[in-house]
Amino acid sequence: MFDLLTNKFENLFYKIRNKGKLSPNDLDDALREIKLALLEADVNFKVVKEFLENVKTKAIGEKILESLTSYQQVVKIVNEEITRMLGSTSSGVVFAPRGPTIIMTVGLQGTGKTSAVVKLANFLKNKYQKKVSIIAADIYRPAAVLQLEDMAKNIAVDVYSESNSNPVSISVKGTELFRKSGSDVIIIDTAGRLHIDEKMMKEIVDIRSKVNPHQIFLVLDAMTGQEAVNIASTFNQRVECDGIILTKLDSDTRGGAALSVYYVVKKPIKFISNGERIEDFDIFYPDRIASRILGMGDILTLVEKAEKVVSEKEAKKIEEKIYKNELNFEDFIGQLKSIKKMGSLDKIFSMLPIPNKNKIFKKINLDDSYLSRIEAIINSMTVEERRKPHIINGNRKKRIARGSGSSVSEVNKLLVQFSKTKQMMKQFSGQKGKFNFPTGNL
Amino acid sequence: MLRLIKNLNNIWNKFKDNHKLFWDELEEQMVASDISINTTGKILAEVKKHVYSENINDIEKIKALLKKQIIEILRTNGGGDLKMSPTPPTVFLIVGVNGTGKTTSVAKLANMFKGKSKKVLISAADTYRSAAVEQIQHYAEELDLDIVYHQKFSDPGAVVYDSLEKAKARGIDLVIIDTAGRMQTSYNLMEELKKIKKVIAKKIDREVDEILLVIDSTTGQNARNQAELFNNSLNLTGIILTKIDSTSRGGIVLTIKNDLGIPIKLVTDGEKLDNIHFFDPAGFTESIFS
Repeated sequence: MFDLLTNKFENLFYKIRNKGKLSPNDLDDALREIKLALLEADVNFKVVKEFLENVKTKAIGEKILESLTSYQQVVKIVNEEITRMLGSTSSGVVFAPRGPTIIMTVGLQGTGKTSAVVKLANFLKNKYQKKVSIIAADIYRPAAVLQLEDMAKNIAVDVYSESNSNPVSISVKGTELFRKSGSDVIIIDTAGRLHIDEKMMKEIVDIRSKVNPHQIFLVLDAMTGQEAVNIASTFNQRVECDGIILTKLDSDTRGGAALSVYYVVKKPIKFISNGERIEDFDIFYPDRIASRILGMGDILTLVEKAEKVVSEKEAKKIEEKIYKNELNFEDFIGQLKSIKKMGSLDKIFSMLPIPNKNKIFKKINLDDSYLSRIEAIINSMTVEERRKPHIINGNRKKRIARGSGSSVSEVNKLLVQFSKTKQMMKQFSGQKGKFNFPTGNL
Repeated sequence: MLRLIKNLNNIWNKFKDNHKLFWDELEEQMVASDISINTTGKILAEVKKHVYSENINDIEKIKALLKKQIIEILRTNGGGDLKMSPTPPTVFLIVGVNGTGKTTSVAKLANMFKGKSKKVLISAADTYRSAAVEQIQHYAEELDLDIVYHQKFSDPGAVVYDSLEKAKARGIDLVIIDTAGRMQTSYNLMEELKKIKKVIAKKIDREVDEILLVIDSTTGQNARNQAELFNNSLNLTGIILTKIDSTSRGGIVLTIKNDLGIPIKLVTDGEKLDNIHFFDPAGFTESIFS
């Protein structure tokens, strides 16, 4: 996810951030980097143009150049604009007030429609306890029906299929049947088609007019390039889509197509699909993908996670201790536990907006078992030892090593690291609120 | 053939009035064709150098320069042909991310070589996707070709091994291996491909004759990541660009060739089994400006 341009973009923001104040030239530089970042993320060039106009107008309007926190404000504006463009709420599925909700999926070949249909069925079944059924309306691709039936079997969902018939009549018959058998949701899986294939496009128009689906979802490959705009607008013109299912987000794509598509058809991204497993499917959160498109790391998710596990009071207490150089192993283990609650180390790291992340990634080994070993060592200390690490002598080290199943040298290493960390933190806290991530030391 | 840069003629007129505007719009058009910013920059820098050092004012000449640059990128180490081994069976390994059209491309390739009177065997090594085997079986029946497949979720390496055994026993000329789609970022699945590659090399006592990455022409900048990571794991010999009957402009072709030096060997453009052709750099570039 982090290529050269992203690094450039992140570096630029670091440069600006360290200066604090933005000059008009800085703003233009920043906007140019944003433009490149967006284009490299596959955002359509027309969308990029308009987007930058908006950001610039806002930036000037809010007089950020005069502000001391201009960096944060540019990032905020960019993030807000992207989030706004992606639709500010995630709505999921709207169920019909009466009778079964009929959903039709459409899209190009190979976007992952069939997988998305089965995943959606599974999602609705588990989350809303709905009885879901699927209609197999792809009669063209060899073994498509078989694929659907095979996958649906795993989640115990009924599939209606018919050989020697056409997709329109299959859809009509299927909905009738499932209506009678008391399905809450009926999903129609159509064949992949090119948006310029008139005959095939007419087919989904016909299905729509005969079956009257409550919701039509366009399935879009997150790796789609500049053409995403034309694809989405053509499908939307012909069958008026209610939303998008964005697939293959488990790749390293930045997913800019999502932004383009929203911009053009003004229909929300409803769901994302991001893995081979049937559970790899979720409601779409616009704010989450903004930073992914910009390659800034998923700060929002990280902040949210941190907020969940560390209370403000706690953080303040720690900060005070750092300042007074009173940090001890009791605080340390509390911090360790918080970090562990936030998820695996490499996952946390991947969310951080650090320049040259890839390079750093290669150098350090983010191993979660390391945390567990540290925890074990600290747990083997007495309360007194934790509060006053300096009393730990040779005998105490031996006892701690035995108790934690580690070696004296490992205990030594931890003690040295701890005192270094203490020093480092003291230094940072001296800089009054300006916390720089110590990338150089990693 | 796809048109890489649409509406190009409209912006030619701008050259006379405002050079900066002209170059900006040209850049935009190229990026809009999914050419990466780097490649676009490289091509335009080269063109500009000539335009200003030689005081070129003629639009036709600028067009010619642009064409020349693009053809040059596409042609260097072009290698359009597919390598057939003097010791059969020749082996083609087909790889790619999910949904790019691997299985269909395998069928089209098989059809192409059957037309050249080669004995083709299809190896159904996608043991993962539901009904993948049934799909390729359908094609094998239609084309009346040998096919080797195992049960679902069986080891793809074993399918490949078995295919090569049978190919040797039956005097097959060409084995085409269909693999499961996988994200280039999936470590385990990329390792699986490396293993398949090793199995083949050991069995035929040489490197795999062709390892072709299937890329969907509607893909944007991520196609470059795909090509790079698959190439790192497998040393690709070429690319099959699919779905060029869509309106996408296929600029990825240029970027992949320019940045990674991997030649585009084949293009596919339709639902029929004979909708496959060798990639033609000159024709491709001509069509850009037609």
